[in-house]
Amino acid sequence: MTRRPVHFYQVGSFAVGNRLLDEVDRTVQSDSRRSDSLDSGHRACQGCGEALGARYALDAAMRATKGQLIAVNATGCLEVFSTPYPETSWRIAWLHSLFGNAPAVATGVAAALKVKGQRDVRVVAQAGDGGTVDIGFGCLSGMFERNDDVLFICYDNEAYMNTGVQRSGATPPAARTATTESVGPQPGNVFGQGKDMPRLAMAHGIPYVATATVADLHDLENKVQRAMEIHGARYLHILVPCPLGWGSASCDTIKVARLAKETGLFPVFEAEHGVVTAVSPIRHLASVEEYLSIQGRYGHLFGTPARPDIVARIQQIADHNIAHYGLLGDTSRDVTLAVSV
Amino acid sequence: MAETVARCRPEVVCAYPISPQTHIIEAIGAMVKAGTLTPCEFINVESEFAAMSVSIGASAAGARAYTATASQGLLFMMEAVYNAAGLGLPIVMTLANRAIGAPINIWNDHSDAMAARDTGWIQLFAETNQEAADLHIIAFRLAEELSLPVMVCMDGFILTHAVEGIDVPEQGDVDAFLPAYEPRQVLDPDEPISIGAMVGPEAFTEVRYLAHLRQLDALELIPALAVEFETRFGRENGGLLHSYRTQDATTIVVALGSVLGTIKDAVDRRRELGDRVGVVGITTFRPFPFDEVRRALANARKVVVVEKAFSVGYGGVLSADVASATHDAPISLHTVVAGLGGRAITQRSIETLIDDAAQDRLPLVTFLDLDLDIVNLERERMDSVRRSGPSAENVLAKLGTVASRIGGSS
Repeated sequence: MTRRPVHFYQVGSFAVGNRLLDEVDRTVQSDSRRSDSLDSGHRACQGCGEALGARYALDAAMRATKGQLIAVNATGCLEVFSTPYPETSWRIAWLHSLFGNAPAVATGVAAALKVKGQRDVRVVAQAGDGGTVDIGFGCLSGMFERNDDVLFICYDNEAYMNTGVQRSGATPPAARTATTESVGPQPGNVFGQGKDMPRLAMAHGIPYVATATVADLHDLENKVQRAMEIHGARYLHILVPCPLGWGSASCDTIKVARLAKETGLFPVFEAEHGVVTAVSPIRHLASVEEYLSIQGRYGHLFGTPARPDIVARIQQIADHNIAHYGLLGDTSRDVTLAVSV
Repeated sequence: MAETVARCRPEVVCAYPISPQTHIIEAIGAMVKAGTLTPCEFINVESEFAAMSVSIGASAAGARAYTATASQGLLFMMEAVYNAAGLGLPIVMTLANRAIGAPINIWNDHSDAMAARDTGWIQLFAETNQEAADLHIIAFRLAEELSLPVMVCMDGFILTHAVEGIDVPEQGDVDAFLPAYEPRQVLDPDEPISIGAMVGPEAFTEVRYLAHLRQLDALELIPALAVEFETRFGRENGGLLHSYRTQDATTIVVALGSVLGTIKDAVDRRRELGDRVGVVGITTFRPFPFDEVRRALANARKVVVVEKAFSVGYGGVLSADVASATHDAPISLHTVVAGLGGRAITQRSIETLIDDAAQDRLPLVTFLDLDLDIVNLERERMDSVRRSGPSAENVLAKLGTVASRIGGSS
């Protein structure tokens, strides 16, 4: 699918209405043709980024496969809020097995489809960041290494939200969680390597890796569309703010996601066979303080005493990403090499 | 074994190496690669947890799924083992029975199978390689009729690595006995359903009770399949249990798996000497055939359960089931823990047991051929010094060369 760049001429606002877009490019929330894979009535929190991301990702996958889709789900918020027995919000063939095995279960589904000659039916596996970077990592790496025909989607809300906001391998430095409390000289999560899952996915050399946020649903849909055009193991990492765990306002989910991208903290890019092929440039560069200060999980950085030193360290990470991925539009940089902060 | 499994036409086979099952999976892999087993997807996974998980996905998508494991491998996949049963997916798995560490030990006992006792899987135990092969054919049929997973337990090394001629059933006969898999539930984009939803207190009991009922249904179906199997293949295998020379027996030995052969030899010998002794071999361990066990032991005065596993701090696992089945019978029940970690169970040891039981000398719980001297030495060592070190290594150091002792001290 070819993508036409969209130029916006508004100033002072990140919010762009559909009315500025051509009909074909508009985001349509409700349409009789929409599959509504994740239907209304589920029990996600108000402002849940994961519910939004899943709805758009799966509907895009359904469009791309003409409805021939099977989804495998890891245990987690998405599974719990969508299927309290005997209700289900899924209008697609959907299987939940365990927390840590969604990639392997998806491999099994794909193998069954292959052996039965159902080549038009495709498989999506989905999990939160815990189910992806921590407990599901072994199975995910195995699925990547075998290059099984599965699109794996990680809805990254940067902690174990379903169990009450505990730290995961995807929790960013200084963030408060229930297991990285905002106390002591280094409050919140440690500064460390973290687990940069998109890069780990790229290191497997799989055909397609991409990141997205729920702030740009067209970009998200396009990446799902692109992923479904490819066979083999594919990985899509979607940043999905969690108002409960992040301590952000429910109405700010899109704003927080956008700032994660516009600060450079969450690089949005695509990669094929381990090489970055496209980067979504920052449109309005924001400081990390703008991003951090509207989230309760970073409240300890802006209280008394304030911790500008920690904010500065987080800014360094953003600056590194900007330079590393060329997020300000500098395409001359080599963004394929892994460099740690 | 692999040839028989292949004739069951598995469509997705997962492989992860662990002794002593690996050669079965290797042989199937070769058949898939050579194109002699087709259509079949052979998937080299990164762990046993993935092996069972891939099987779950394949089965839920309508494919006949097979895998094999043993020991630590079974424990590593255990979360998915429960899940497969809970979801009602008819996966068949070979369990090449092996001890569980620590201390690490690759040899045979039944600790692994007993650890899976409560998973909701049907567990069948093979006495011989012929029975192991035949049980796989029965297992697929049973699994798919009941929509429950079935574990075929065969003794590691004793059976898995025995070289003996067996009759591999003809493909036509297998096809006639085992029709194509018709799933009760399947992931189908054209008829989308949700599988694996969250179930709260309002329905959890009922869902679990249904699983129990299906296991109880197996108590009816397994004997029927054994009859059907015999009609088609001309061999008697499968079933709930098998009695041997129990008609007038006052002492009956009960066991699972390959040790039954040795026990039968011992029984034959004691019969020659005039002892009224028989054997009950339990083929179907889960669901446990309470009624049949009660009937089989109805005339016995003494029952000796020889088992290759035990519940630490409790005693015999199979013994507890046998005791439950015979709770209102006037019998004296003895547990003999034997063959742990590959310790050979000799005919002489079994004969001694039978004799001791007949003479009222057999304690309620016995560890067969236990070297108490070594145990006591280690106990003394632990009492005398705080940092006494790891017991396993201390025992080995005391033993010195061990090869000559695997048959026990008697």
